Amino acid sequence: MSRIQAKWQSLHAAGRKAVIPYVVAGDPRPDVTVSLMHELVAAGADMLELGVPFSDPMAEGPVIQKGHERALAHRVSLRSCLATIAAFRESDALTPIILMGYANPIERMGYAMFAEAAAQAGVDGLITVDLPPEEVETVNAELKKVGIDNIFLISPTTPNDRIPLITSQASGFIYYVSLKGVTGAANINTQEVAAKVQQIKSETDLPVAVGFGIKDAASAAAVASVADGVVVGSALVSLLGNEDKTIESRCHDAVALLGEIRSGV
Amino acid sequence: MNKPIDPSIYAQVPDAKGRFGPYGGKFVSETLMSALADLERVYSQLKDDPDFQREFDSYLAHFVGRPSPLYEAERWSDQIGGARIYFKREDLNHTGAHKVNNTVGQALLAKFMGKKRVIAETGAGQHGVASATIAARLGMECHVFMGEEDVRRQALNVYRMRLLGANVISVTSGSRTLKDAMNEAMRDWVTNVDDTFYIIGTVAGPHPYPMLVRDFQSVIGREARVQCLNQIGRLPDALVACVGGGSNAIGLFHPFLEDESVEIYGVEAGGHGVETNEHAAPLTAGTPGVLHGNRTYLMQDEDGQIMHTHSVSAGLDYPGVGPEHAWLKDVGRVNYVTANDDEALQAFHTVTRTEGIMPALETSHALAYAAKLAATMTPEQTIVVNLSGRGDKDIFTVAEVDGADIFGEK
Repeated sequence: MSRIQAKWQSLHAAGRKAVIPYVVAGDPRPDVTVSLMHELVAAGADMLELGVPFSDPMAEGPVIQKGHERALAHRVSLRSCLATIAAFRESDALTPIILMGYANPIERMGYAMFAEAAAQAGVDGLITVDLPPEEVETVNAELKKVGIDNIFLISPTTPNDRIPLITSQASGFIYYVSLKGVTGAANINTQEVAAKVQQIKSETDLPVAVGFGIKDAASAAAVASVADGVVVGSALVSLLGNEDKTIESRCHDAVALLGEIRSGV
Repeated sequence: MNKPIDPSIYAQVPDAKGRFGPYGGKFVSETLMSALADLERVYSQLKDDPDFQREFDSYLAHFVGRPSPLYEAERWSDQIGGARIYFKREDLNHTGAHKVNNTVGQALLAKFMGKKRVIAETGAGQHGVASATIAARLGMECHVFMGEEDVRRQALNVYRMRLLGANVISVTSGSRTLKDAMNEAMRDWVTNVDDTFYIIGTVAGPHPYPMLVRDFQSVIGREARVQCLNQIGRLPDALVACVGGGSNAIGLFHPFLEDESVEIYGVEAGGHGVETNEHAAPLTAGTPGVLHGNRTYLMQDEDGQIMHTHSVSAGLDYPGVGPEHAWLKDVGRVNYVTANDDEALQAFHTVTRTEGIMPALETSHALAYAAKLAATMTPEQTIVVNLSGRGDKDIFTVAEVDGADIFGEK
């Protein structure tokens, strides 16, 4: 059983919903990422989503774009992200880690080499924004060999008859994008989310986590009531980018927000 | 050069998945997949529909002003003393460049799909102007994304778009040029996908864009082929076109791909020189990767980050290239070469003075290479250059480079 599956099993057994924070590796500064990851876990994160910085993050809103830019200013790469995860794993063998990013850095490294290096570093899942099921054959074959889950996005524009094509390729969980738009966009409609989550669940036994547009404890609680978990990204990255504060207090604020969200879910 | 044995392969790409060999595809977020499927369905339904074709052809004839002439550049050819050079005069189209062929086609698709809002990205501003123009004609709301750096160097086109009623959005992310404008247009599309049609300006992006833009632009090569047979009495010996994303080039090249006697040259922006890393020549000096919805040659570093590009011409200042060009390079049918900034500027001045035709700086790259190529050929041979756009928009850039004082302020 993968770390991700084991985590869902223990969450279900405890009747808990998953809280999954997203931060960009190396943001705001590469030397604080590992400790930030540990602190997020201590504040109640069930899994961690680590963004791989990319020069052209097309699906991101302005907040997370800036996070990518801050990390790239320190020349953070896919290779250094994997080194960060390996360092985190030295003192946390249980918390699932999901890499989230774009196809090109992986394509550049080579899918086989990436899969091997990621498994060795302790990566459990992969979300590649611009690899829809139609383009995923090569990477899926490599991920299967090393036991890394490939996690797919489903969006409000995904027609119902397309959902089985996605769920049949997916493992770990399904990431439901709660709105049409980029990360960090407008408010979400819980009723619409509930209906689509039900639709997805009628096609698959995989858990469904919801992200894109969860801003605070209240919106997280509302969404968590209709899904298996919530992903919180822009709200954290926004705090990490607050230039009026020191790096340490930015991390402190992000961890504190995650703690609030955890207690409301 | 390993030319494929069977020339009919050129008519068989892309395949059903939008692939040109290993290139192309649909590398986009899930939110856009159904919009692309809709577009694919509508396009496959309309492309052979006589009513749609009639409407498209009527716009090309009466709004764009086609066919564009095939013109012999006599004085310039005499001066070079080699092959005779002909210009396919896309600069004479309405709005002054080849871009309008494609925007008319896509806007008619948008109309058919009931979309009232169109968006576009633009580099030099020609595609933005062409999009704003057809949007005005069809009564559509138009938003054009343009990198802040390009807004500065193409002020004339920015004002033209505004006069046409378009909203020009200055993009301040990343390198503030064409690639960032395209990122921002994609973000808008993801957000407004229900009522918005994205008019992509070049043969890049996710399938079916590289195919449909090629199809709309192929009118250039179809006309040129007939004009060569009528005016010269035979096919040309060589074709030359500049390649940024590559839409004017594919438009000229595509109808000639099966004519094995015709040598084909795509000219990328060499910037300060390919050896300096300050250029925009992914086919010449890049490696394959995935950007903006397709797999193609890219300018990228060892970590897969997209590199900043440089070209004196905003329209060529792009780190990727259409996937069909990537494939045509690999199969060896088209030769991809470069012309540097200074060579393009020299060709701009020479052609302006000898032919009385002021070419766009993008086009000037093709002209610079054509001059070199012609000198190695005989006067019995002919070259067709795609004169893809006129240069009025570039006079501020040229003045800046030349240190000229347009407004007498110094």
